[in-house]
Amino acid sequence: MARVEAPLVAPTEAPSRRRLDWVLVSTSSVIALLVIMAVFAPLLAPDDPNYANILATNQGPSAAHLLGTDSFGRDLLSRLIYGARLSLLGPALIIVIATLVGTALAILSAWYGGWFDRVASRVADILFAFPGLIFAMLAVAMFGPGLLAPVVALSISYTPYLMRVVRAEALRQRNLPYVAACYVEGLRVRTICTRHILRNVMPLLLVQAALSFGYALVDLAAISYLGLGVQPPTPEWGVMVSTGQSAILAGHPQESLLAGLMIVVTVVAFNLLGDRLATRQKGVVRA
Amino acid sequence: MPEDSILEVRGLRKVYRVRASRADPGPAGSALLGHPLARRQRARALVAVDDVSFSVAPGQSLAVVGESGSGKTTVARMVVGLERPTGGTIWVSGQERSWRHVTSRERRRRAREVQIIFQDPYSSLDPRMSVRGCLDESLRLHFDWGRERRDARVAELLDQVGLDRRQAESLPRALSGGQRQRVAIARALASEPRVLICDEAVASLDVSIQAQVLNLLSDIRDATGVSYLFISHDLAVVRQVSDNVVIMRRGRVVEAGPTASVLSDPSNGYTKQLLAAIPRPGWKPTRSASPDES
Repeated sequence: MARVEAPLVAPTEAPSRRRLDWVLVSTSSVIALLVIMAVFAPLLAPDDPNYANILATNQGPSAAHLLGTDSFGRDLLSRLIYGARLSLLGPALIIVIATLVGTALAILSAWYGGWFDRVASRVADILFAFPGLIFAMLAVAMFGPGLLAPVVALSISYTPYLMRVVRAEALRQRNLPYVAACYVEGLRVRTICTRHILRNVMPLLLVQAALSFGYALVDLAAISYLGLGVQPPTPEWGVMVSTGQSAILAGHPQESLLAGLMIVVTVVAFNLLGDRLATRQKGVVRA
Repeated sequence: MPEDSILEVRGLRKVYRVRASRADPGPAGSALLGHPLARRQRARALVAVDDVSFSVAPGQSLAVVGESGSGKTTVARMVVGLERPTGGTIWVSGQERSWRHVTSRERRRRAREVQIIFQDPYSSLDPRMSVRGCLDESLRLHFDWGRERRDARVAELLDQVGLDRRQAESLPRALSGGQRQRVAIARALASEPRVLICDEAVASLDVSIQAQVLNLLSDIRDATGVSYLFISHDLAVVRQVSDNVVIMRRGRVVEAGPTASVLSDPSNGYTKQLLAAIPRPGWKPTRSASPDES
């Protein structure tokens, strides 16, 4: 066998391990599919999710209704597809708000320390002691059910989770000599915090945001399930688990089961993704 | 005040308030913790730097020598503005530097006078910023130059510190310790400072690379006329690079003078001990050290 002699090329950078990461690829594609589902729901759904056909209730899978119908005779597949919209929008809003606020507070705390850090950390401790679900219920009691009240309440109770993790890392970065070098160079504090510290805590931030997304989704689904969040007949997975309950006893578990399955798939995808991102970071040589 | 010196330090003092040690039976975690009385009892003063004075003439280099904990790094951090002196004055090119509050514009002005090179090149560079990004950031900050002019200057700086232009795009993790320290030196030079502080700048490098970096620093002095403040514990390095030396112990200056005379004829007992602690004053960097490293 003749072997082709490849020219020897000296690597200019350390050889990076760029093997295909299947967990990363599969979880991101599941998430991408879910997002596509939510965005293009009107194009993808075969039916109007709110069209009730009393003559075709609790049907099994058929050509007309691929996943069957619910107890009002609505097409389940369409409801699941439309349900992705609010079911994903809620946690996404929570995570975006909590990440923005938590990161800003964390970096300011790490940079300035002193009373600002002490106050922020104590407030975070107090919020930790307060269960997010109870807090959300309280908000619903005050402002009425819907998506907004629980989202705002959960954003507040998720902020300390992001803040605590980011603050610890930002504090570590802040005490590294490269930050001192930036300071001596005369860079503005704002520039040091955003261009250097934020950039170096970003990987950790992504991990924490991905992991929190799963928890936020479960919390919001629980709120909806309890009838405190999005109200029926709006399609939303938590609501569907709840409204499908009565049909379970009648021997038609498909609505609750499928909606629950969507929740599980989404949460598992986000958790695996977060977990994978975390392990990859440990693999990367620091500094 | 001082006309003939670029950097002048007089009566510099730094006192830290530190928490009492663990041996101290303080009421940790008790309700008294935030109480002013409790705090006063649990804090004590630690004098890190006590009445230190020296001056550096333009183009000269001064070494500050001492064992760890002698306060030499604290002196460097005060000169560069990372710590505030408790007392005493620092002048850089005739201007006082020891003000309490510093605006960011003032910090930017001072950055063009004094720069520092840290000991550990593995943590003194932003791991997510390329060599070019790092140097360009400093140039953008201090000079009102266009992109081409800055790129040219980056290339010039890389040449000056003996780095390949191809390395401009690499991240610190792709560079060796010696190369990283060269980047740190280039970054310090970017703002064209009059004084360069080297805080144990070669202590964490391989001995063979130490010699190259020391030669590089010496070449830079010849080319730019920059003054050096060397913070070091290594008397062999000090002998090589400095004109004058200040020996510090427990925050105080115990001996000062021209390097040659202090090291050959020490008058202070501590200096004698330091000198005796070297097994053999053997290693000496040669001018013909090979330029390739890593």
